[in-house]
Amino acid sequence: MFTRRDFLKTTAAVGALAGTAGLAMPALAKGGKIKLGYVSPQTGPLAGFGEADKFVIDTFLKSFGDKFEVVVKDSQSNPNRAAEVAKELIVNDKINLMLVASTPETTNPVSTTCESEEVPCISTVAPWQPWFIGQQGNPGDPKSWKPFNFAYHFFWGLEDIIAVYTGMWSQIETNKQVGGLFPNDGDGNAWGDPNVGFPPVLKQKGYTLTDPGRYQNMTDDFSAQISAFKKANCEILTGVMIPPDLTTFWNQAKQQGLKPKIASIGKAMLFPQAVEALGKGGHNLSTEVWWTPTHPFKSSLTGQSAADVAAEFTKVTNRPWTQPIGFAHALFELAVDVMKRAEDPTDGEAVAAEIGKTKLDTLVGPVAWGSDKLPPFAQKNIAKTPLVGGQWRLKDGGSYELVVVENATAPQVPLGGKMEALN
Amino acid sequence: MRSTRPISGRASMNIIDTLVQGILLGGLYALFAAGLSIVFGIMRLVNLAHGDLIIFAAFAILTITSMFGLNPFLSALIAAPLMFAAGWLLQYFLLNRTLGKDILPPLLVTFGLSIIIQNGLLEGFAADSRRVPLGSLEAATIPLGAVNIGVMPLLTFLSAIVVIVGLNTLIYRAPIGRAFRATSDDPVTAGLMGIRPQRIFATATGLAMVVVTVAALYLGTRANFDPSAGPSRLIYAFEAVIIGGLGSLWGTLVGGVVLGVAQTIGATINPEWQILAGHIAFLAVLAFKPRGFFPRAVD
Repeated sequence: MFTRRDFLKTTAAVGALAGTAGLAMPALAKGGKIKLGYVSPQTGPLAGFGEADKFVIDTFLKSFGDKFEVVVKDSQSNPNRAAEVAKELIVNDKINLMLVASTPETTNPVSTTCESEEVPCISTVAPWQPWFIGQQGNPGDPKSWKPFNFAYHFFWGLEDIIAVYTGMWSQIETNKQVGGLFPNDGDGNAWGDPNVGFPPVLKQKGYTLTDPGRYQNMTDDFSAQISAFKKANCEILTGVMIPPDLTTFWNQAKQQGLKPKIASIGKAMLFPQAVEALGKGGHNLSTEVWWTPTHPFKSSLTGQSAADVAAEFTKVTNRPWTQPIGFAHALFELAVDVMKRAEDPTDGEAVAAEIGKTKLDTLVGPVAWGSDKLPPFAQKNIAKTPLVGGQWRLKDGGSYELVVVENATAPQVPLGGKMEALN
Repeated sequence: MRSTRPISGRASMNIIDTLVQGILLGGLYALFAAGLSIVFGIMRLVNLAHGDLIIFAAFAILTITSMFGLNPFLSALIAAPLMFAAGWLLQYFLLNRTLGKDILPPLLVTFGLSIIIQNGLLEGFAADSRRVPLGSLEAATIPLGAVNIGVMPLLTFLSAIVVIVGLNTLIYRAPIGRAFRATSDDPVTAGLMGIRPQRIFATATGLAMVVVTVAALYLGTRANFDPSAGPSRLIYAFEAVIIGGLGSLWGTLVGGVVLGVAQTIGATINPEWQILAGHIAFLAVLAFKPRGFFPRAVD
């Protein structure tokens, strides 16, 4: 209703400096530049995810601007807008490969559009279940689920986050009563799903889940949930919330005397700014960690380590590092790798087939599709990256630092400390 | 699939808790709505940028707080006259030109204003979600048996009452209030009596902006806000005004409380019902009392 589609002109970043890393690229020598389309939320409530885009694309074009052109579109945090700009990229800009990042609200409409228009697409930064199942015609019936021919996705899944969260929880003595805060959106419905979400695994691991039900995002009041959690004596809180709701909830919880030992909340605490908004109350809140400067991976484009890339981001933008930097960077690593192998970059089917054959060590870890660690229906289109757990620690001066405290599922990522209870 | 909680011995305590939290939430909605109520009551101007103005004021408070290291309450005290001036100028130079028989121009202009404010804030403050820090007051609580009342929600509710008593006193007891009412009833005749409607309107919007500043103080300390957070606040403000009855400030408070309580009761049944319950309460009032509980304005 209040979109500003005409006001914000979408920007087209066009190549600047030349000077490649001397890679042999037979496919690229055939003349014109390869066109990459890139969709991410740069404005609106999800804008934090898109913050690193400009930096990543500038870095990419510095080395590959002579072979690639990137057309950037803003989803404005709106799924309808995301589908619309994806169509524009395909029909008007005639892109050769679509790259899309950040939350199912962005990745799903764009991937679906690409699949129906037969344009290859690499997607990331959304757990794979909401991405894969959310795009199926009948999400309720696993038998009807079909793999995609053009849309590929790399990220972790709910099974990883459940393993990471329960790993963190097992480090602290609790009564195993868990309170769940799942909103009525793509992520919340997947996390709270009675078949593939948290409930069955928690039950199996001996936790009791109190799930009052799906709430709407941008809620002003969480008294009902708080009173349900108090009644069940929940010492652990979990959920997947947007930052404004976490702030409202966390303040109300303290005002109404709910004092959990652990609070592991997904999505809301990815960004240091969101944790700082909680004031001192953010100390020792825990969250999933997909990428940090301590991850022991290197970029296949620039050879920089995770720490180098994060430091450069801070130097260029004067902002603290955020997790999406690594994944936005990896998207372009994959684009270069796939196009290097593709005979003809304009042949969508051939490019899509090459995506499926990828085996690349990226800034976010090794990416390869077709792993047998996934359920059979998802093996073709999903590649998994490592996930660990972290806690936000208040530093002197009021800023926060993310410390990795759980790495059982990805031991190559070093621990920064031990899990601490909230109070 | 989803568990419904069993009714226990503490059920009655829960009902009291639900009602108390709902009433306190209503205070916040009443604050959102009071500014809208004044502007509509006096000028028949539907301000679609109201939510964005609240966010604008919240950013003003945040800026003053972080720039001078002041307590947010003091910052709001500084921001209030600035917002009054901004409101006065906005009405005098822009919105007055849109007033007339046709109701469409003010809607279009304030809609445009909403977009301009959002993008202006995005340009100036980036898309980060921000919050006005309050220190230990954020978590302060008053335990009353099984019910815990947060100090900030309580202050919000009390402020809503103070604002409404203040505005009522101003409008029904003070000379400026007489001018407001006269201009609202009949601007032409008021003009013949030496009142300049343009200036009266400007003062009224200025006053509404002071109320907006109070609302911004409590919104900004309660939850995160970002440049795009305005429109989602607008709908509650509208609903509170309509439930209470156009032109009645006490009605606006009642409207806010009805919305707040409907939401908390809805959420107790199932959080899926929370927001819907508020809207259903609004529709029910429209169906059975189309002019709200305490209508004053006659249209």
